[in-house]
Amino acid sequence: MTVDSTAGAPTTAPAANDGPADAGPPELVQLLTPEGERVEHPDYSLETTPEELRSIYRDLVLVRRFDAEATSLQRQGELGLWASLLGQEAAQVGSGRAMRPTDYAFPTYREHGVAWCKGVDPLNLLGMFRGVNHGGWDPDEKNFHLYTIVIGSQTLHATGYAMGITKDGADDAVIAYFGDGASSQGDVSEAFTFASVYQAPVVFFCQNNQWAISEPTEKQTRVPLYQRASGFGFPGVRVDGNDVLACLAVTRWALDHARTGQGPVLIEAFTYRMGAHTTSDDPTRYRIAEELESWKLKDPIERLKAHLVREGWADSAFLESVEAESEQLARRVREGVRTMPDPDPSSIFEHVYAEGHALVDEEREGYLAYASSFASAAAELTDGEDD
Amino acid sequence: MTTATPSRTRAAGATTLASALNRALRDSLREDPSVHILGEDVGTLGGVFRITDGLAAEFGADRCLDTPLAEAGILGTAVGMAMYGLRPVVEMQFDAFAYPAFEQLVSHVARMRNRTAGRMPLPITVRIPYGGGIGGVEHHSDSSEAYYAHTPGLHVVTPATVADGYGLLRAAIASDDPVVFLEPKRLYWSKEDWSAEAPAPVEPIGRAVVRRRGTSATLITYGPSLPVCLEAAEAAKAEGWDLAVVDLRSLAPFDDETVAAAVRATGRAVVVHESSGFAGVGAEIAARVSERCFHHLAAPVLRVTGFDIPYPPPMLEQHHLPGVDRILDAVGRLQWEQ
Repeated sequence: MTVDSTAGAPTTAPAANDGPADAGPPELVQLLTPEGERVEHPDYSLETTPEELRSIYRDLVLVRRFDAEATSLQRQGELGLWASLLGQEAAQVGSGRAMRPTDYAFPTYREHGVAWCKGVDPLNLLGMFRGVNHGGWDPDEKNFHLYTIVIGSQTLHATGYAMGITKDGADDAVIAYFGDGASSQGDVSEAFTFASVYQAPVVFFCQNNQWAISEPTEKQTRVPLYQRASGFGFPGVRVDGNDVLACLAVTRWALDHARTGQGPVLIEAFTYRMGAHTTSDDPTRYRIAEELESWKLKDPIERLKAHLVREGWADSAFLESVEAESEQLARRVREGVRTMPDPDPSSIFEHVYAEGHALVDEEREGYLAYASSFASAAAELTDGEDD
Repeated sequence: MTTATPSRTRAAGATTLASALNRALRDSLREDPSVHILGEDVGTLGGVFRITDGLAAEFGADRCLDTPLAEAGILGTAVGMAMYGLRPVVEMQFDAFAYPAFEQLVSHVARMRNRTAGRMPLPITVRIPYGGGIGGVEHHSDSSEAYYAHTPGLHVVTPATVADGYGLLRAAIASDDPVVFLEPKRLYWSKEDWSAEAPAPVEPIGRAVVRRRGTSATLITYGPSLPVCLEAAEAAKAEGWDLAVVDLRSLAPFDDETVAAAVRATGRAVVVHESSGFAGVGAEIAARVSERCFHHLAAPVLRVTGFDIPYPPPMLEQHHLPGVDRILDAVGRLQWEQ
């Protein structure tokens, strides 16, 4: 796929029969250029203090460092799998910071940056990738649901949760995260329908990272994804997904739109998956290096750093302190993963049903007796060797 | 083990299964403000089978929601509503129309308690009219219970009597686990002398009941096949057989205790259900009975089921459905010559 070097929008315009021939490339909301220049947008303004910008920068750096550490841990055999967010830090931190603590997020398995913003300990994210659990955090504690691996299903859960909020008359809102691949799922279309019909306070945040494993966005859609919203009767906005300020401003607007009873919004964060789909994937089989190089120029962290430095809001001492903090985080995560306790085999029988269940109870009892017969046999063997 | 015989009376004032289910929904809505009904046509129309008749009018359209026509969407949003703290009761319009929601049911509804380590139970009831015998066009007569019973994390319940329709549906809605509640649609209009003014107690999920005591052989069945088995038991008297009939009521969890005791009492067993036999619930029952009652059995456990074919057109469904004659034929093959 070729990309527009200035706007990051596809140069492939919709086919003539899909829209006006003079539509041109879709508009991309941007508040911070790839060169780090702050620009204004007529519809989405953002007031920020230097301190807030430094805090955002810190989030971006820490999240990227955590992600890199997780990739290393997978390579070292400490994790079974890792789904890297590299390149998508701005989309996740921008939208994540737009939420109030009482707003609920329904993530996919790549939303490590959103988890960070919601206050979920990064170490907790790694349990499922190490294979000790299906997600080690309490969803309701930080209003951040467990990662949903089935593509697109969580958009319906988010919509239903938002319908619950409406019944309570609360002014909370929900973000449903999904990707360009998920946009083809029926569940996503159904979520759009339900959210629209019930005017549910949900923001559909699509990170279009251009690739669904090996399939480019062109295999999913003939129109820019944000335009799908109009067919369902709610607004759609394309935002520069590598611009953390634009993501913050647009998501904040969308959440307010939703929580004030005006219904859902679709945000398409136009970004790029810089890494592999997961550590099991080999992107050299399906995409060219030049594409990666062109997106490196739009790096979400470098542009904020350039902006901070240019404005004189970040000196080398600050940058070094963030760097040092990120290394500290990486060490904590590495140590935490390596010392993560192995799960108790009997735990597989837990939490299947609310109360005792004859079949599961019988199987647990039988299996534990069977397993312990091996343990005692092994212990006897060891005793014998000691003798 | 309890023994009860459903009344087959058609007296004035008798109650249909449909109205008992309606009453269960009404009482649940009244007693628990977190209960919400979702489905296609469940509001103004009262459902295509009228099971939700009058509920939207009494409790409001936001407690009994007419939804878009999208089953995955209905169940998927019910998941989110349950996460928020509500207690959704979902209606799937027909058995075969529930399949688009299968992914939500298996991958999310059934697993959520487990994958969240008990932090996020999903108390969702999925009501599904099922089974044939109503002359329905294609996709309106499936018996899909085996798919659900095979899925860990779900309870699968099916009433065969008016009293159980009320008692089990109340229990399903009150359960903190997801329950697939299969309603035998051809029994919707069968009547019993059951009073709505003094509703029967809530029936615990997971207990089978002996509907008819007998000494010769035990018929094990559930849902729409219960009346057929009771009729077969009556007809069997002419052959000199005194048949017991067990109504499972709950396919998952399964009441091994009641079933095994009923089989040991006779030494012979036939499992009867409408759905196809291969890899069906009857296969599981035959295996469990064989494992537990081997030394009490005078003959292999036999199954009388729908054939392993796509559900036939209405003019031919009587050949597919287990009837009295096929049940008696199976009983006759239980090695009596010894």
